[in-house]
Amino acid sequence: MSAITVRDLRKSYGGSEALRGVSFDVGVGEVFGLLGPNGAGKTTTVEILEGYRRRDGGEVDVLGFDPAGGQAAYRERIGVVLQASQLWANLTVAETHRMFAGYYERPRDADEVVELVGLTEKRDARVKTLSGGQKRRLDLGLALIGNPELLFLDEPTTGFDPTARRAAWDAIRTLRSLGTTILLTTHYLDEAQQLADRVAVLRAGEIVGLGTPAELVGGSLGAEIRYRRDGEVVVLRTERPTEELHRLTGEALAGGRELDGLEVRRPTLEDVYLDLVAEEEVR
Amino acid sequence: MRLFVHQLRSEQLLFWRSREAAVFIFVFPLLLFVLLGSVYGGTIDGEPASSVLLVGMLGYGVANTAFAGLAISLVLRRESALLKRLRATPLPAATYLAAVLASTVIVFALQAVALFGLGRLFFDAELPSRPGSLVVALLLGVAAFAGLGFAATALLRSSEGASAALNVVLLPMAFLSGSFGPTRRYPEVLQALGDVLPLRYLIELLDAASLKGEAIWSRPGAVAVVAGWGLVGIAIAARRFRWEPREA
Repeated sequence: MSAITVRDLRKSYGGSEALRGVSFDVGVGEVFGLLGPNGAGKTTTVEILEGYRRRDGGEVDVLGFDPAGGQAAYRERIGVVLQASQLWANLTVAETHRMFAGYYERPRDADEVVELVGLTEKRDARVKTLSGGQKRRLDLGLALIGNPELLFLDEPTTGFDPTARRAAWDAIRTLRSLGTTILLTTHYLDEAQQLADRVAVLRAGEIVGLGTPAELVGGSLGAEIRYRRDGEVVVLRTERPTEELHRLTGEALAGGRELDGLEVRRPTLEDVYLDLVAEEEVR
Repeated sequence: MRLFVHQLRSEQLLFWRSREAAVFIFVFPLLLFVLLGSVYGGTIDGEPASSVLLVGMLGYGVANTAFAGLAISLVLRRESALLKRLRATPLPAATYLAAVLASTVIVFALQAVALFGLGRLFFDAELPSRPGSLVVALLLGVAAFAGLGFAATALLRSSEGASAALNVVLLPMAFLSGSFGPTRRYPEVLQALGDVLPLRYLIELLDAASLKGEAIWSRPGAVAVVAGWGLVGIAIAARRFRWEPREA
């Protein structure tokens, strides 16, 4: 069953095409990552699904709704963390949660949410006294307060220090274990690898890779062989590592040489990603 | 209705919690009234000066609260993406705007009561002779200036300078319209400028209801000018109002 179905989604701003036929599905309970460089169309996609922007073409179904309709019944069931938004500086963390709780028919308990996002110690602190990471966790808490089935997280950990990032990841994992479907945009590869069940890589408004992180890594580049010859590092990328390695070691043995620094490794998601988003310039 | 009440309570909490707003919007006109009231004595056009000033200050209060205060707070909310964030909740836009407006009315009503209280206490100012017409005129004024406030919100592009820009409009308008004292001895050019501004006509209505014992219906021309400005404001807002930050 799909929480989100997107087919041939198109959007232009002025003359430039921000989305050029994007299609993907997100299953119920799945964490789906949208990856891509700035300007690839991640935020445009998410904002169409959230109901902020109208699409120029294509089909969109989210929880049985067309988000362009802007129904309150739809917003009742989603939670949103925007890329950049500020909150009331003079309210406390608990007051802000209660204010947002009042917008929903069946909200979660405010104290419970404050604890879930790790702000219990700050519950009576004014928002203006929070650190950047704490404010971002407050954003997450407010996205959860309506007890959403589907959560949109637009670059939820941008600007976090490593500790804060770990804490946010833990909170997101907890949500997934509670059955919440999550659509996440990020430009951190490790974040996608850590959190997402599946990822779509966007480049210039098109999906250029789609699958689980393991599929993306396994599907494309094969392996990478490195060694040193005359002090220079040689890198071979090959779809057939066994054959290539056999040839290399055979030559080395025949010549009585050692392959210094020999290393065979699978590409990381980062290698695959960089490969996918770089193809544009190669063409 | 539940959402409206919830948002109205939230708006009140936000207003009084923000010291800048509470001081600038609520306290400042009271302070100005006490200062001017101490300076002007005797009578103006046969009315006690304090009563005339009180009427002028009510008009200034309407414009300050419903026009400048409303617009500043909405521009800040829009530019910090707070309005955008609220749009993702089930709170309907119309409910939100109605609560913001109602909250403005509450703040101004308290201010009006405080102005009369101060007037009685220090300057022996008169109580309004036509309280019903006064309330109707004030509500008309709040509605019209809120319409202009929404228009100003739609036209202002950034939060920096929003406050300055609004005060550059508000203070000269209040001065030309007689908020700070009668305009009869102003140069003709200034009087003519004042004659096209909505605040002058609002003050005329307040003056009629408060001091001259005339019902608001006896001044249809002034009612029409105030309402007309409000409608122009609403028309601009309807076309140009945005919930999302203006991208550079």
